[in-house]
Amino acid sequence: MKILVAVKRVVDYNVKVRVKADGSGVDLANVKMAMNPFCEIAVEEAVRLKEKGIASEVVVVSIGSSAAQEQLRTALALGADRAVLVESNDELGPLAVAKLLKAVVDKEQPQLVILGKQAIDSDNNQTGQMLAALCGFAQGTFASRVEVAGDQLNVTREIDGGLQTVALKLPAIVTTDLRLNEPRYASLPNIMKAKKKPLDVVTPDALGVSTASTVKVLKVEAPAARSAGIKVGSVAELVEKLKNEAKVI
Amino acid sequence: MAILVLAEHNNAALAAATLNTVSAAQQIGGDIHVLVAGAGCAAVATAAAQVAGVAKVLVADHAAYANQLPENLALLIAELGKNYSHVLAAATTNGKNVLPRVAALLDVDQISEIVKVIDADTFQRPIYAGNAIATVQSSAAVKVISVRGTGFDAVAASGGSASIEAIASVTDAGISAFVGEEVAKSERPELTSAKVIVSGGRGMQNGDNFQLLYGVADKLGAAVGASRAAVDAGFVPNDMQVGQTGKIVAPQLYIAVGISGAIQHLAGMKDSKVIVAINKDEEAPIFQVADYGLVGDLFEAVPELEAQL
Repeated sequence: MKILVAVKRVVDYNVKVRVKADGSGVDLANVKMAMNPFCEIAVEEAVRLKEKGIASEVVVVSIGSSAAQEQLRTALALGADRAVLVESNDELGPLAVAKLLKAVVDKEQPQLVILGKQAIDSDNNQTGQMLAALCGFAQGTFASRVEVAGDQLNVTREIDGGLQTVALKLPAIVTTDLRLNEPRYASLPNIMKAKKKPLDVVTPDALGVSTASTVKVLKVEAPAARSAGIKVGSVAELVEKLKNEAKVI
Repeated sequence: MAILVLAEHNNAALAAATLNTVSAAQQIGGDIHVLVAGAGCAAVATAAAQVAGVAKVLVADHAAYANQLPENLALLIAELGKNYSHVLAAATTNGKNVLPRVAALLDVDQISEIVKVIDADTFQRPIYAGNAIATVQSSAAVKVISVRGTGFDAVAASGGSASIEAIASVTDAGISAFVGEEVAKSERPELTSAKVIVSGGRGMQNGDNFQLLYGVADKLGAAVGASRAAVDAGFVPNDMQVGQTGKIVAPQLYIAVGISGAIQHLAGMKDSKVIVAINKDEEAPIFQVADYGLVGDLFEAVPELEAQL
């Protein structure tokens, strides 16, 4: 089967972002960028399915500026076969991204599409579910285990309070949760090889997709800061404060 | 203008998260209708009809909705939702699973995890793991919104007297099936609704040491959580994780034990009313947000705490 994996270029998860003084957004100038951690897990899962002989080809796609080629090359170094960049300099919302991915799905005809459950910048947790709806596919979100069984996919999902397993008809959409796998590091020879793997660039216009949005960001501000309290000297003092000062126990 | 709220439930009882979602709907303003979709869920519908501020309860009682499969549920919600100004669901794993599917079927953008209602079109939501708050405005015909429970005080579960209306049509996409569920059975409260939470981090050293926290939690009627570091280290399962990639909580009292206070953990608990940190490293960032900090060895402090409660 062919697997399509979507990846997003985001601020590296170790970076503490700062809000711009004019409230127009967060300051991304000279900030380290990386592949969204959940997308790394998605790439890893697809590559493992290929190594098991279940997947025949892994195609990785990103939607973003030309700089996102860097993350696509990373995915190629991790084991994806070829890459597609849908190049757009606009800040696209999940619905627009899902529509663009739907156009790529129509073209590539994958049996399985794997995405991260959310991007750590906009924290929307929407794109995979929206893509599933647009394609009319079943969805296995927040996956901690994925197993292909004939023309069916068994997905174990992280839900509030435990785990749920669903059986999905293929083609299907999977979004990854943290425990699905531990992504590998790209080796130097694979990084060199990735430079020669094919990477196509297309535009939203060429895919015939309108990326108009009904959501406008009015402002972005820093959250209310929480100030440090006091240090207590003993457990007895802590219990006393919680009882008599904070009155929470 | 009317607002459709998706009820969160397990076919037997209405989940508390629904009360926070109704609260957000009240702030938006308009008639509030609650959709109870499930199988054998009459008791949930009765409970929903008693929730303060609810005008009408719609019940879709059919096997196709028994396990909240999003492929079936989204078709139903989208069909009903096009007649509403807003469609709201709690930002639980269930709400997060189904709601974007609804939005895409309605061809509208979704606004995720709002924590504040400014007006009927304008909302605030955290981005970048809570390190920034975005104010967003929607011009969509139907505004599809997930609600972070900790941002809204729950409405009263009783006092209402809504009418109950059955929905006859059934939407079954036939592309997915429920296989099974392993839900941890616990006498302790659920993390997202607990008034007190005791959480452990990497400093707990192993899973067995979490027993220390269970001792304290049982004295306080608390839920037990964990940092991502503790989950990644395999001490405890992922559904105990508090943080940006886990559960977002805001209890009356949050006790962080052996947790350094990484950004991603703080994002999940910094709205707690009172935060206590117990850590042997006095430079740990958790102390910068803690109301009460105790610098010391948790293996001495936690048993002592349990003894003194």
